[in-house]
Amino acid sequence: MTDSVNRGLNDPAAPTRRRVGSQVEGPGALQAAPKRKRFSLLTRRDKIVLGLMVGIPTSIHLFFIWLPTVASAVLSFTSWNGIGLDKIKFIGLKNYADLFGGVYPPFWPAIQHNVIWLAVFMFIATPLGMFLAVLLDKEIRGTRVYQSAIYLPVVLSLAIVGFIWQLIYSPDEGFINSILGTAGTPQAIDWIGNRNLNLWAILVAASWRHVGYIMVLYLAGLKSVDPGLREAASIDGAGERQTFFQVVFPVLRPINIVVIVITVIESLRAFDLVYITNRGLNGLEILSVLVTNNIIGEASRVGFGSALAVILLVVSVGPIIVYLTRSIKAETE
Amino acid sequence: MTTPAATTTGTTPLAVTGRRKRRPGRWLLHAFLITTSLIWLSPILWALYTALRPYGDTAKYGYVSIGGSYGLQNFITAWNRVEIPKFFLNTMIVVVPAVILTLLLASMVAFAVSRYSWRFNLLLLMLFTAGNLLPQQVVITPLYRMYLALPLPRLVSDNGVFYDQYVGIIAIHVAFQLGFCTFVLSNYMKTLPKELNEAAVVDGAGVFRTFWEVILPLCRPPLAALATLQFTWIYNDFFWALVLMFTGDKRPITSALNGLKGQFFTDNNLVAAGSIIVALPTLIVFFVLQKQFIRGLTLGSTKG
Repeated sequence: MTDSVNRGLNDPAAPTRRRVGSQVEGPGALQAAPKRKRFSLLTRRDKIVLGLMVGIPTSIHLFFIWLPTVASAVLSFTSWNGIGLDKIKFIGLKNYADLFGGVYPPFWPAIQHNVIWLAVFMFIATPLGMFLAVLLDKEIRGTRVYQSAIYLPVVLSLAIVGFIWQLIYSPDEGFINSILGTAGTPQAIDWIGNRNLNLWAILVAASWRHVGYIMVLYLAGLKSVDPGLREAASIDGAGERQTFFQVVFPVLRPINIVVIVITVIESLRAFDLVYITNRGLNGLEILSVLVTNNIIGEASRVGFGSALAVILLVVSVGPIIVYLTRSIKAETE
Repeated sequence: MTTPAATTTGTTPLAVTGRRKRRPGRWLLHAFLITTSLIWLSPILWALYTALRPYGDTAKYGYVSIGGSYGLQNFITAWNRVEIPKFFLNTMIVVVPAVILTLLLASMVAFAVSRYSWRFNLLLLMLFTAGNLLPQQVVITPLYRMYLALPLPRLVSDNGVFYDQYVGIIAIHVAFQLGFCTFVLSNYMKTLPKELNEAAVVDGAGVFRTFWEVILPLCRPPLAALATLQFTWIYNDFFWALVLMFTGDKRPITSALNGLKGQFFTDNNLVAAGSIIVALPTLIVFFVLQKQFIRGLTLGSTKG
């Protein structure tokens, strides 16, 4: 990081010319450049314009995203019904104690369901998406058609995914029960209504979309692998599987990390599909829905809802940090 | 490895080695991929098939059956009953300004941090990226209170606050999506030659003109990809408008689905037709702008 200087600085013929602070390194100009003043060579107007260009979007982002995030953390130690700032009462860790102590019955099931969601994504959907990407990365006929078919669900909203799978799961008119001949009979399997089944049914629908997403990301990663590496491996007599696991997979470390981070974040974000299915009740409790129910439900318990949000936040901080460190590494390389 | 090719029939794939393994392997691969593709498409094909049949026929023959008549009646019924055009319009009121503003603001930040060396640019990028990765529910509780309390001029908000207003929905989309777009655009702008800025200066262009007339036109490829992606994401948003838009009639179509569910879509045939209508804009993205969409998705995860 050298101080940025402009060649025009030593050019007496250009006193009125505009100057940039971009990385132009003129060795002769170095002595004239005051240290730590990267903007010093821009005109005052340029500086103001740049300040606005960064300042406006940053303020919007800070105001709508980070201010509420911090507020969530603060409010989680309070009890507040949301009306009148003077009604906010600090109650320490009571909200958390209530949550973990089982005062709020849906909490532990929600944690359990989120963990199951993550596990299914991590150990089934994501590996399947990666596997399909590896298969489709080869030069085979029709690979684009296969790719399109598997990635089609990715463009659909999760609300629509919920509707489409309702056509498959419904006890009276659904595909599965029609095939089994149980549609409309008392023997019909109620995939959505049965609290022991519905999470798994929903996870099939969610995975249907997630697999395609991962496949697309992973295919892009695979395309970026230097083909020479593969050739070298095959010249050395490595089989296809060996080449993948010992040569390609290690090279793909950055994209592997992205895929894992996205998998975790997506499982924490799970909301739409569950909410449109049954508003997260009766076997489908998950954290994100509990947070929402505490604001748009009858009783507005801001402190309590915030405590739930903070748990979500704490869990997501891990993968976010991993992602950021990777980006910084890529940045500084 | 060098066994000469023998019979092509009757050999099990496992028993042969070397080159001859290829053929059965390929067939197996194609069989697997065809099966997987069909399984993946089947829910959508099933929805389409159901939507094309009148309720009377499916009630008579069952849903898994062939026979009766086929037609577009369910689509027409769903379209009229739900006043689909109204909800599509609501969506457009949100999506169009949100996408434009997001891309404009993101490219400004990206320009400033990628073209000028600036003390906080890494920190800023990290902040934006992290903000984009947060689950939406982390911010929603205080945000909801802020939306109820913050005043807005009557010109843009008929109730004087952010809550239940298009402006509010647009604002949160922009704030949230800024992170991803800034990240992608700044990576792209870094690849543009530095000399462009110098040339602009020689021509006497200020910072804003350098941005608007030199750098931005060169960013058409990532902007097109991001616009496609953002259109799809914001179109598909369910959560923000569900919580921050109280009036059901003002909700964009995806969020409105929740209220329309049992109320209008009385049988599976109508659910199917309604789903396909609502999915149509994104299906168009899929068929027409697939390349852009995929580029947008992958630009953020792989460098460049």
